[in-house]
Amino acid sequence: MTILIKNGRLVDPSQNIDGTRDILIKNKKIEGIYPTGKGPDADKVIDASNCLVIPGLVDIHTHLREPGFEYKETIKTGTMAGVRGGFTTLCCMPNTKPVNDTISVTEFIIEKAAKEGACTVYPIGAITTGQNSEELTQLEALIRAGCRAFSDDGRPVTNSQIMRRALEYSKIFDVPVISHCEDLQLSEDGVMNEGFVSTIVGLKGIPKAAEETMVARDLSLCELTGGRLHIAHVSTAGSVKLIREAKSRGITVTAETCPHYFNLTDDAIISYDTNYKVNPPIRTPEDVEAIKAGLKDGTIDVIATDHAPHHLNDKEKEFDSAAFGMSGLETAFALSFHLVKHDLINLNDLLSKLCVNPSRLMRINKGTLSVGADADIAVVNPDTVYKVDSSQFLSKGKNSPFNKWTLTGSIEQTIAMGKVYDWT
Amino acid sequence: MIRSKDLLGIKELTPEEIYHILDTASGFRDVLRRDIKKVPPLRGKTVVSLFFEPSTRTKTSFALASKRMSADFVNFSVSTSSVVKGETIKDTALTIQALGADFVVVRHGSSGVPHLLSKILDISVINAGDGANEHPTQALLDLFTIQAHKKKFKDLTVAIIGDITHSRVAKSNIYALTKMGAKVRLICPPTLMPAEVEKLGVTVFHSIEEGIKKADVVMPLRLQLERQRKGFLPSVEEYFRLYGVTTDRMKLAKESAIVMHPGPMNRGVEIESALADGPKSVILEQVTNGLAVRMAVLYLLAGVKK
Ligand SMILES: [Zn+2]
Repeated sequence: MTILIKNGRLVDPSQNIDGTRDILIKNKKIEGIYPTGKGPDADKVIDASNCLVIPGLVDIHTHLREPGFEYKETIKTGTMAGVRGGFTTLCCMPNTKPVNDTISVTEFIIEKAAKEGACTVYPIGAITTGQNSEELTQLEALIRAGCRAFSDDGRPVTNSQIMRRALEYSKIFDVPVISHCEDLQLSEDGVMNEGFVSTIVGLKGIPKAAEETMVARDLSLCELTGGRLHIAHVSTAGSVKLIREAKSRGITVTAETCPHYFNLTDDAIISYDTNYKVNPPIRTPEDVEAIKAGLKDGTIDVIATDHAPHHLNDKEKEFDSAAFGMSGLETAFALSFHLVKHDLINLNDLLSKLCVNPSRLMRINKGTLSVGADADIAVVNPDTVYKVDSSQFLSKGKNSPFNKWTLTGSIEQTIAMGKVYDWT
Repeated sequence: MIRSKDLLGIKELTPEEIYHILDTASGFRDVLRRDIKKVPPLRGKTVVSLFFEPSTRTKTSFALASKRMSADFVNFSVSTSSVVKGETIKDTALTIQALGADFVVVRHGSSGVPHLLSKILDISVINAGDGANEHPTQALLDLFTIQAHKKKFKDLTVAIIGDITHSRVAKSNIYALTKMGAKVRLICPPTLMPAEVEKLGVTVFHSIEEGIKKADVVMPLRLQLERQRKGFLPSVEEYFRLYGVTTDRMKLAKESAIVMHPGPMNRGVEIESALADGPKSVILEQVTNGLAVRMAVLYLLAGVKK
């Protein structure tokens, strides 16, 4: 089976390509790239006129919920949401039930994804057993089973000594340690950003310092150990500043943010709409500007989704007791593409943050259209304007604060391991 | 005159609406002075109270206000109902509506619950206190009481003392008083001051002597004694020494100043006992005025087209 995608503008930062090309897929791999019109005949032809042809997006921060929370999402529905959003690789966080802290869970995820998944899934193993911050998991065994990184996401590693050991020990395997930076005492009972808006709505705030003190701690530990620290979901101007300064001193840190941290501000919570409840919380306009600056100058390497699907029952309740998190896979591209539309970063840089850098971080041969790589491709119409309808999400989680938003840039087709998903 | 079917907070009201409620309340205040204190306007209507936090005072006040207006008042008892068995608040609210209630008076420890109910229900939702957000009828009765003594709001100086961060009474009073043109001073330790509160147009003091100076109205708030355990305060004794409203400190306020308290009081913690019982105190008047204000709120919301 061969597929030719022709007449599109092919953009692949991993090969410094940006121009009209045809691209051929054969046996689930990329077979060749040709000048437009010069591509060979194929069993199937996709006309990508007026469209971008880009590497399938790579998300290093997805909550697929399975095993344990199948009522929120499954590997099947989560990967379908992924391909709907242009993602062809998802790295799933270990805060399932049971936690992904043993090879049996890792193997379960990999087998399930191979059987039912719409795209490639790489599990992220827990740093500590049961995410209890007390003892390290069997890192070597988990890596052999298929884990590509370690994180206790959902929780910080509260014990600094254990975090130090994780950053040290993981060097044997050259894997990143992904830190959810939150001082649990400072954030205790908090449900939104602490500031003027939390004062107005009377909800308990989470100060920016709850994130920044942990970022500072982990940067110190990274400097001490030389481990591969990756800071998850950066949400504050202070964190951006700390990471920028650390990078300027050569510390081996990388960082990600998520579309909601550069598209939303905390004043949205005046409506008490629990779809805005997320951890870390959406912050202030100054933070949004700092995050954008961090994306522009390279302080922030990766845009990840922190896709956190929830059942309506976990959201349609008191703000204090509603679940944290947003369903993000199906809006992430357009929300990020907005940065290109407004000339904040160029398309090449955007795709670096959505494809190339995440793949490098995970040491996977993804996020590229190079010959021989897996046939993971997204075809995007950069001019389509559409209205988000979260009820139509393929994810089980309809919990999107971007419902009814008008976005630009639609995923026309997604090709995941050579399989074509046509959304037109 | 009142635009919404619900009373969610003072934030949502215009000064005109506030005046309208106060004027209406003053009519009902006269009714309460009569021998027969019952009037017919809400005959056939049903008020259901849904209190997720214990409160005798506010609930009793709403119950009596309803009965004085000839409405039926029913308490939906949270502790003995299905709520404790894990029923969602949405299901509880829909049940109350299906039972035929016309008003639901809700108190909840979580801010925004009345707003959630307001979106779900067609009947009137009255906020009787939600988390650290608002307690609008308390602020309205406080305005009513201030108006009775001071005849105006413009340029009055009102000092609110205590745990501002956790106080919905303080929040509603800040909105109410600033909307009416009064000057609001907040006095409390920095640990109990909410973030960026100055943006609400108030002045912040950490010294009670400074803050109370030349005030027309002095309003200490109830101090929740668990704040000490949570590390907001070293001790309750120290709080009284630093922030307790005493007869001596009241000498710094205007000669004509009144002392208010939303109740229930911790005598010897936020207010000196003798002061609470003294001539400057209008605390019991506040309670009576609360009835009139709640009658007015029920009456006016009943007139809003649903
Ligand atoms: Zn996290």
